[in-house]
Amino acid sequence: LSTSLRNNGSILAAASALALLGIGTALALLWLPEVEGDPAFPIFYLHVPVALTAYACFGWAAWKALRLLWKGDEGYDLESYTAVHMGVIFGLLTLVTGSIWAKYTWGQWWVWSSRQLTLFLVLFLFYSAYFMLRYSTDPGPRRARMSAVYALFGVVLVPVSFLAIRLAEDVIHPSPVVLTREGPQMTWDLFVVFCVCMAGMLALVTALYQLELRGKRLDAALRELREVLP
Amino acid sequence: VTSADQYVFAAYVVVLVTLLAYLLIMTLKLSRLERETRELNENAVGKGDESETREQVPVG
Repeated sequence: LSTSLRNNGSILAAASALALLGIGTALALLWLPEVEGDPAFPIFYLHVPVALTAYACFGWAAWKALRLLWKGDEGYDLESYTAVHMGVIFGLLTLVTGSIWAKYTWGQWWVWSSRQLTLFLVLFLFYSAYFMLRYSTDPGPRRARMSAVYALFGVVLVPVSFLAIRLAEDVIHPSPVVLTREGPQMTWDLFVVFCVCMAGMLALVTALYQLELRGKRLDAALRELREVLP
Repeated sequence: VTSADQYVFAAYVVVLVTLLAYLLIMTLKLSRLERETRELNENAVGKGDESETREQVPVG
C-alpha cells in the first residue's frame, strides 16, 4: 500500500508539474502584458520559483539531516543527500537563468560587486562541495553523520542569502516584489501567474525528488544484495 | 523577434534542456539497475538450481 501510494504520489506530482508549468509559462509568455522597462521580465516566472525551490531543497535536506542526527536512523541519509542533489540542480538553474536575465538587463553576465549574487554562489559552491565530502568517505554511519552535519551547517547560508536581497546596499539586483511585509509588490495578474509557476516548480521538484530517491534506494539495495550473493 | 525575446527563449530552453538531460541520466541509471537486478536474479536462480541438483545425488 505504501509503495502504491508513493507511486501514485509521484505520478500525481509529475502530472501537476506538467500542467501547472505549462499553464504558467503560457500565461507568462502569451497572456500577461509586457512589464514596462523590462521586456525580459518573463524570466522572473522561471528564475524566482527556481531559486525559492533551491532554498526549499536545502531546507528539506537540513531537516532530514537533523532527523538523522536526532533519531539515528540512517534512512534519512539518502533523503538528505537526494534533497541536496536536487538543491544543487535548481541552484545551478538559478545562476544560469539569473545570468541570462542580467546579460539583457545590466549588459553583464555576472556582477561580482553584488553581494546577493556572490552569496548565492557561495551557497551553491558550499553544497557542491557536499558531494566531495561524501565521496571522500567510506559508506557507513560515519559518512551519514558527517554529511548530515555538513547539510545542517549549510542551511545557515540560506537565510543569509535570502535576506541579502533585502539588506544589500547595492541596487543592481531588483528589490523583492513577492515576499514583502506589505504583501506582494505586483499587480494581481502577475502575482497569480507567479503562484502558478511556483506551485508547478514545487510539484516538479517533488516528482524529481521521489524519482531520484527511488533510484538511490534501489542502487543501495542492489549493493547490499551483491555483497550477500557473490 | 526582439532581443529580449531571445533572452527569454534562451532562459526557458536552458531549463528545459537541463531537465531533459536529467531525465536521460535517470533513464540510463534505471536501465543499469534493471540489468544488474536481472543478473543478480539469474545468479541466485543458478545457485538455487545447483544446490537442488546436489541434493538429488544419493550419498553413501
